[in-house]
Amino acid sequence: MPHQAPDVALGDHPPAASAVPAVRLRGLRKNFGSVTAVDGVDLDIRPGEFFAMLGPSGSGKTTVLRMIAGFEQPTDGTVELGGQDVSRLAPFDRDVNTVFQDYALFPHMNVARNVEYGLRVKGVPRAERRRRAADALRSVRLDDYGRRRPSQLSGGQRQRVALARALVNRPKVLLLDEPLGALDLKLRHEMQSELKQLQRDVDITFVFVTHDQDEALTMSDRIAVFNAGRIEQVGTPQEVYERPATAFVAGFVGTSNLLGGRAAEAVIGMAGLFSIRPEKIRIDGDLARPAGPGETVATGAVTDVVYAGAILRFEVALDAGGRLSVVRQNTDGVPGFTDGRVRLTWRHEHNFPVTGSE
Amino acid sequence: MTFSRTTRRVLLVALALGLAVIYFPLLVVFLNSFNSDTTFGWPPGGFTLEWWGRAAANDGALAALRTSVEAGLAATAIALVLGAMAAFALQRYKFIGRNPISLLIVLPIALPGIVTGIALNNAFRTILGINLGLFTAIVAHATFCIVVVFNNVVARLRRLGNNLEEASMDLGADGITTFRLVTFPMLRSALLAGGLLAFALSFDEVIVTTFTLGAGLETVPIWIYDNLFRPNQAPIVNVVAVVLILASTVPVYLAQRLSGDSASGGRL
Ligand SMILES: Nc1ncnc2c1ncn2[C@@H]1O[C@H](COP(=O)(O)OP(=O)(O)OP(=O)(O)O)[C@@H](O)[C@H]1O
Ligand SMILES: [Mg+2]
Repeated sequence: MPHQAPDVALGDHPPAASAVPAVRLRGLRKNFGSVTAVDGVDLDIRPGEFFAMLGPSGSGKTTVLRMIAGFEQPTDGTVELGGQDVSRLAPFDRDVNTVFQDYALFPHMNVARNVEYGLRVKGVPRAERRRRAADALRSVRLDDYGRRRPSQLSGGQRQRVALARALVNRPKVLLLDEPLGALDLKLRHEMQSELKQLQRDVDITFVFVTHDQDEALTMSDRIAVFNAGRIEQVGTPQEVYERPATAFVAGFVGTSNLLGGRAAEAVIGMAGLFSIRPEKIRIDGDLARPAGPGETVATGAVTDVVYAGAILRFEVALDAGGRLSVVRQNTDGVPGFTDGRVRLTWRHEHNFPVTGSE
Repeated sequence: MTFSRTTRRVLLVALALGLAVIYFPLLVVFLNSFNSDTTFGWPPGGFTLEWWGRAAANDGALAALRTSVEAGLAATAIALVLGAMAAFALQRYKFIGRNPISLLIVLPIALPGIVTGIALNNAFRTILGINLGLFTAIVAHATFCIVVVFNNVVARLRRLGNNLEEASMDLGADGITTFRLVTFPMLRSALLAGGLLAFALSFDEVIVTTFTLGAGLETVPIWIYDNLFRPNQAPIVNVVAVVLILASTVPVYLAQRLSGDSASGGRL
């Protein structure tokens, strides 16, 4: 065997940038008959990352996940796990585990048997698998539920069993397909922070599918935004929110204002399509006041005021054409603007160009 | 839907009448098998176990029972294997002609017994050159027994979907292990229900049997038919009829319990 540098040396390098990606997708494509579900996806997911796939219904998220797990064969392209091409491997030969949207717990086995299933089929001795299953159940706070049947559990408990059943195998990558989709809002918020905590503890790469933008923004290290079988943007929650690359991303992640055409030229002074987040815009009635340094200014008329408790939302029709939504903290109640005429200001860097159309 | 009181009463009476028409004659057969009065008039006379004892010692009746049980078990076994395999093939793999083939498998249960009987009789004797015997009756019974097994298994597979099998493979189990630990346990109660129904169907079949069973052999219903008009046999006929009723209804009852209970995931 050739001489190898001791492992310790690896610790000196920053892991994220140089390490082999946990999951690498290249030119991934999937057709179902004439339907193109996934239309050329390239993606690197780093080891230990909490990675979200966000996108509207039918955008291909589940199909990508199923190709990573091995349930679907790609029409074209490759799937690599830890640098190894697994595109042709069966699901049981891939070092990934899945938490299914409907949990897919085995109804004819109790909770403990469900959790130890993966160890059992890999031939782990009984005593060890019992112990590891008990540990896994403890880590999802279900210590005393081993003897129950899945049908005797609540939705949140089933979800945690599914999680324990996957994690007990200590996979390199855990795939989760809308694991919180079936839970009510309160439980969902609880599970979000639990899941995040768990991911930090076990140090496994999580690939998490959701169509809930808040969930993606609050939980993930990075997000891929899917649209019609393609990835529109990959980035941190901040990048995706503050600097959406396309009009689609701007509209899907958070609410967005788009200014284009003549309105953009008149207000921003450039041709193209621009996105501005509603909360970045200040609204007042000082029509005559000029723009401050580094500020963009536009005047218009309020067409609607929506009262939403903590915030107020103004719909403004600009004199230059186009419309903008503006939100403002409900600090002083609903203001009255003379004749509904308002001045809007925002910092230059808060309008940024996006591709796509209005 | 809500009914007025009168409507409800009328419906209840109709229900009671309907059930009475069906079950009263069967009850009479049952009572008569213990009736000490050989004229079997109404009301029944005293209680006796004599007919049951005589039936148990009647060679013809016993031989018929054995033939019926053998034919039923063998036909059920064939139906379980072929029906389950056909169900898997048609439910798990998409291919051209899937729907027509499904229909072809289910059709024998709807075909008139007399047609099936004559067709099989002809096929066995003149085309295949096989002498009629127990074996030919078993094959004939299997043609319609397969249907109930197939239907039960297809329904179960359809409801199960692929999710559990995918979960099993995801956790590292190959195809065979998945079948052994997940698919088969989930199918067990459907197979049992289908098998019970198949046995019941075979046990009380008459028409196809008369065309396919070898000379000198009799199944229970055929024995009854043959002995019905021999006055000295009448008491024993009642006993055998009760056995026939039980052998064909108890499995149906059990099968229904199993199918209704299957939501629990087939704990059997
Ligand atoms: N087995 C299949 N056969 C045919 N079409 C399919 C199949 N699976 C998915 N599709 C199609 O592929 C496209 C992408 O589906 P996919 O399930 O990946 O979307 P998704 O992003 O997960 O949506 P959702 O958020 O609703 O779960 C859809 O148009 C869908 O109808
Ligand atoms: Mg999906």
